[in-house]
Amino acid sequence: MTKGALFARLATWALLAGLVLAPQVFAPVLRPLTENGAPAIYDQGSLLDLTIAHLALVFVSSAVAAIVAIGAGIFVTRPAGEEFLPLSRSIVNIGQTFPPVAVLALAVPAVGFGAKPTLIALVLYGLLPIFENTITGLREVSEPVLEAAKGVGLDARQRLLRIEMPLALPVILAGVRLSVVVNLGTATIGSTVAAKGLGEVIIAGLQTSNTAFVLQGGVIVALLAVVIYDGFGLAERALARRAGLG
Amino acid sequence: MIEVSNLSRRFGDLLAVDSVSFAVAAGTITALVGTSGSGKSTLLRLINRLIEPTSGAVRIDGRDTSTVSGEELRRGIGYAIQGHGLFPHWTVARNIATVPDLLGWDKTRIARRVNELLELFGLDPETYAKKLPRQLSGGQQQRIGVARAIAAEPKVLLMDEPFGALDPIIRLKAQEDILAIQRRLGITIVLVTHDLDEAIRLGDRIAVMDSGRLLQYGAPAEILSHPAHGFVEKLVGGADRPLRLLSLGKVAELVEPGPADGVPVAEATSLRDALSDLLWRGAESLPVASNSGALLGRITLPAIVARAGRQA
Repeated sequence: MTKGALFARLATWALLAGLVLAPQVFAPVLRPLTENGAPAIYDQGSLLDLTIAHLALVFVSSAVAAIVAIGAGIFVTRPAGEEFLPLSRSIVNIGQTFPPVAVLALAVPAVGFGAKPTLIALVLYGLLPIFENTITGLREVSEPVLEAAKGVGLDARQRLLRIEMPLALPVILAGVRLSVVVNLGTATIGSTVAAKGLGEVIIAGLQTSNTAFVLQGGVIVALLAVVIYDGFGLAERALARRAGLG
Repeated sequence: MIEVSNLSRRFGDLLAVDSVSFAVAAGTITALVGTSGSGKSTLLRLINRLIEPTSGAVRIDGRDTSTVSGEELRRGIGYAIQGHGLFPHWTVARNIATVPDLLGWDKTRIARRVNELLELFGLDPETYAKKLPRQLSGGQQQRIGVARAIAAEPKVLLMDEPFGALDPIIRLKAQEDILAIQRRLGITIVLVTHDLDEAIRLGDRIAVMDSGRLLQYGAPAEILSHPAHGFVEKLVGGADRPLRLLSLGKVAELVEPGPADGVPVAEATSLRDALSDLLWRGAESLPVASNSGALLGRITLPAIVARAGRQA
């Protein structure tokens, strides 16, 4: 790692920690963005609690999306599931193109307000990158490797678990990373249906014309995305090295 | 001993292997030769049931291969392919241990076997056991591929163009290595190649295939001197035929008494190499020495020339 990259990484972490744990430090910077003596720092709840709730929404939805999408990706690359590939791909694509806001609007009457409709929207929205990367990763395993695996007597399950998945994992993880980062941003709209998260800060800012709130919420979400994206990248490289591909 | 009887495989309208029968004696090398699309690779894969036959049977040591599961069968048969197919995320040692591990050998036995094989292939276990495949040269990867194939001491080894990805110099060395190892272990090898010279060099017997049919099956000398009409004749009938015939004989077969000048040639030298030597040195005859260095007599240019011609 270069010195510059290390410094940028530490600076990002420090800024994020500061904004979440000691937001009052930034009050002088944000004050000029407020009008009529409105508070510069969000005061209707702890930013730390909101950040944790936000991350929990993203974690749970991404985990569910990963399980579903990786499972589906494995299934459609097996001989038995091959014919389901076009159908699965259409369903996953609809999940991506159907706006999450519209999913919220449809889900609320069915499951009520709160975290549930948000989780449904985020899971649907997060499927596509993981599903496509799972398929790509599994298909990229080289033909001689698969041929040799069969030829030495590994059965289908052993081939999947010992050879194909370890070799596909870096690519699958790249899909999970994309999905997590997209959902970090998308999760803010959950606050419109009363899911606890950093969207509250942004929406409160919009309702009271307090740009300082909007900026706080937005910057924290953006920094979370940068930190998580970076962390996944490190993990992928380590995995690729271990997979003998790096 | 491998017995293939009336083996056929159909892919849609294409009869890839058409009612092929032949027997491979234990401890010998059989080379399947043919152009691409001749069905030779398919035939090889029918033997370990990577492809299931449409009809016909394969017996190994008298046992019908269709009586066990495909996985169980393949764990008992070595399989080495072009481009080695090593698992890139496993160390050299773990790659070699694949089949012993599947068969449930205990750890110390596996470790001992891995070291033994690395030494057999001239790779120091200390240096190479923990390396990943991509850290090896092409020739080393190929050797590890063969080591993995024979790790569980199979009686039969199937090889599909095993030397195809190697450059010519390393290929020659790899061929010599596999011959030496085969002689030492007494393993039965069936090898697919499109290279007739490779088949002649390695094969105790050669099976020539075209359009899914086995056209001729016999010793290399027989294929060269009495090729079946048509495809086999075209395959072996090139300008190199006399030289290929000579490459099958040894100097020892043509030694005659009498004196000759110059550095002696060894009795185990092939006649083709001896001819080369004579031509290069501009000599009519050369002395012949035994392996221990004793002079046995001489080899002459006319004797070799007589041997290279059409045999009645």
